[in-house]
Amino acid sequence: MDNLALKELLYKIADDQLILGHRNSEWTGMGPLLEEDIAFSSMAQDKIGQSHALYSILHELGEQDPDTIAFTRNAEQFHNCILTELPNGEYDFSLMRHFFYDTAEIIRFDMLTVSSYKPLAELAVKVRAELRYHTLHANTWIKQLGNATEESIARLQRSLDHALPYALGIFEESPYEKQLIADGIFEGEVALMENWKNRVEEIIEQTQLHLPGWSTLNPVYGGRSGKHSEHLQPLLDEMSEVFKIDPGAEW
Amino acid sequence: MYGGGNTFEGIKTDSLAQEDPVKLAEFETRIERGEKIEPTDWMPQLYRKQLIRMIEQHAHSEIIGALPEGTWITRAPGFKRKLSLMAKVQDEVGHAQLLYSAAETLGKSREEMINDLITGKSKYSNIFNYPAFTWADSCFISWLVDAGAIVNQLANAKGSYGPYCRALDRICAEESFHLKYGHHCVIYLATGTEKQRQMFQEALNRWWPPMMHFFGPSDKISAHTEVLMKWKVKMSSNDDMRNQFLDMYVPKIWELGFTIPDPLLKKNTDTGRWEYTEPDWQEFKRVINGDGPCNKERLEVRRVAEERGRWVREALKTPKATYVTPLA
Repeated sequence: MDNLALKELLYKIADDQLILGHRNSEWTGMGPLLEEDIAFSSMAQDKIGQSHALYSILHELGEQDPDTIAFTRNAEQFHNCILTELPNGEYDFSLMRHFFYDTAEIIRFDMLTVSSYKPLAELAVKVRAELRYHTLHANTWIKQLGNATEESIARLQRSLDHALPYALGIFEESPYEKQLIADGIFEGEVALMENWKNRVEEIIEQTQLHLPGWSTLNPVYGGRSGKHSEHLQPLLDEMSEVFKIDPGAEW
Repeated sequence: MYGGGNTFEGIKTDSLAQEDPVKLAEFETRIERGEKIEPTDWMPQLYRKQLIRMIEQHAHSEIIGALPEGTWITRAPGFKRKLSLMAKVQDEVGHAQLLYSAAETLGKSREEMINDLITGKSKYSNIFNYPAFTWADSCFISWLVDAGAIVNQLANAKGSYGPYCRALDRICAEESFHLKYGHHCVIYLATGTEKQRQMFQEALNRWWPPMMHFFGPSDKISAHTEVLMKWKVKMSSNDDMRNQFLDMYVPKIWELGFTIPDPLLKKNTDTGRWEYTEPDWQEFKRVINGDGPCNKERLEVRRVAEERGRWVREALKTPKATYVTPLA
C-alpha cells in the first residue's frame, strides 16, 4: 500500500470537513431562526470533529499533529474543494451547498466503510451515522423551501444554478485514483459522482426546482491540487489568528 | 450564561387594586407555601407583566451574548478550544430557545419579543454592550460572566413560576460545563507565556467594571421591588448576589496571580461582606440606555440577521408547506 495515495485521500476529505465546518460555524448567532443557528452549529461541530479524526489518522501515518496541520498551512497546501470555501452568502446558498456537499459525503463515507484501510473503514462507520442527520436536515429544508413561496423557490433556484458547477468540483479526480481503486481503499470519484447525481435528482424532483442538464455544466476544479479561490486564504488567516500569536504556546 | 443583571424599574402597584382580593390572597398563599405557578393558573397582571419582562430580558441576553463570544469561534486556537467554544455558544442559543418558550407561556410570542429587542424596547444584559477585543476577553466571558450568571440563575431557579424554574434547572446544568471550560482556558493563559498572562490581565482590567455592574445597581439606590420579592420573581438583592460572586471568584482570580483593578477590594472579616470601590452607576445607566461602546453594533447585527432570515420564516408559514415533525 502506497501511503502517498492514502494521504492524499485523507487530506482532501479532512480539509473539506474542516473548511465547511468553519463556514457552518459562522452562522452562529446569525441564522434565520434560532433552530437553524443550533442546527448549523451542530453540523459544524460534527464536521470539525471529523476533520480532527482524519488528521489524527494522518498523524499516525507520520504527518504533523492535527493542530499544526490545521492551523499552520497556507491555502496552497489545502486540498478542499472550492465549494466548501465559498463565503456563506445568504441562507439559500448555505443550504444548497450543504445539500450538495452532504449528499456526496454520506455516499463517500458509506463507500469508505468497506475500505481495505481499516482505520478509515472504522471511522467511516461512525461518520456515516452522524452524516445521516446532516442529509436529513438538508433534504427536509430543500423540500420545504423548494415548494413554499415564489421568493423561496426563486432564491433556491438561483443558488442551485450558482453552486452546481462548484459541487461537481467535489469529484475532481486525484492523480492516485486508479491505485486507490486497485488497492480497495476507495472506489473512486466517478463512482461516487454517479451515485450522487441520482440522489440529488431524487430530492430535486420532489420540489419546484429544476436541474440543468449535467452535460451542460462546467465543473469548477482546482481545489484538490491547491488552486483555490480568493476566499480561502482570508478564512485561514482568521482561523489561525490566535494560534499564530505563539504557535509554541498552549492555549 | 448569560442571564442575570436584570433591571427592574420601580413597580407601580396601582393595578393590584383591580385584582380580585380573594384570588390574590390565594395566589400569595400558594407562593408562600413554595408552590409553583403554572401557565393556566390565575395570576395578577403585574406578576405576568414582570415575569415576561424578566424572562424575555434573559432570553435576549442569551442571543446577544452569543455575539461577542461567537466572533471568537472562527479564531479559537486549536481543535480543543474551537470545538468547545462552538458547543458552548450553541448551548447559549439553545437557552434562548428554552427561555422564549417559557415566556411564550405567559402570552407574548417569540416574534413580538424579538421585535421589541431590535427596536430597543426591551433590554438585555448590559455587559454585552462591551467589546471582546482579544481571545482573553472571550475567556473572561466564558469563565466569569457565566459564573455571575450562575449566581443569579441558581437564585431564580427557586422562584415561583414553574416553566421558568424548569428552564433554569436545565440551563444551570449546562452552565456548570461552561464554567469549567472558561476556567480551564484562563488557567492556560495564567500558566502560559508572558504574552498570554498579559492578555488575560488586560482583559480583566477591561471587564472588571462591567462585571461589577452585572448584578445591577446597589441596593441603596435600586428601585423598590418588595412585591417582586414577595412573589418570588426577584429572589435575591443585587448586592447579595454581587457579594456572593466576589466571595466565590475573587480568591480564584488571585490564586492565578492576576491583579483585580480595584485597590479598595477586600473582604471585611467582621461583616463577611466584600468592600469595593463604588461602581460608576452613571456609566451603567448611560450604557443601559443605549450609549455603550457596542449597543448599536449588537442590535444592528441582530436586526440584519432578522431581516436576512425573513423570507425563510415567511416560507415556513405558507399553507403549501408540509409539516415536518421535529426530531426531538
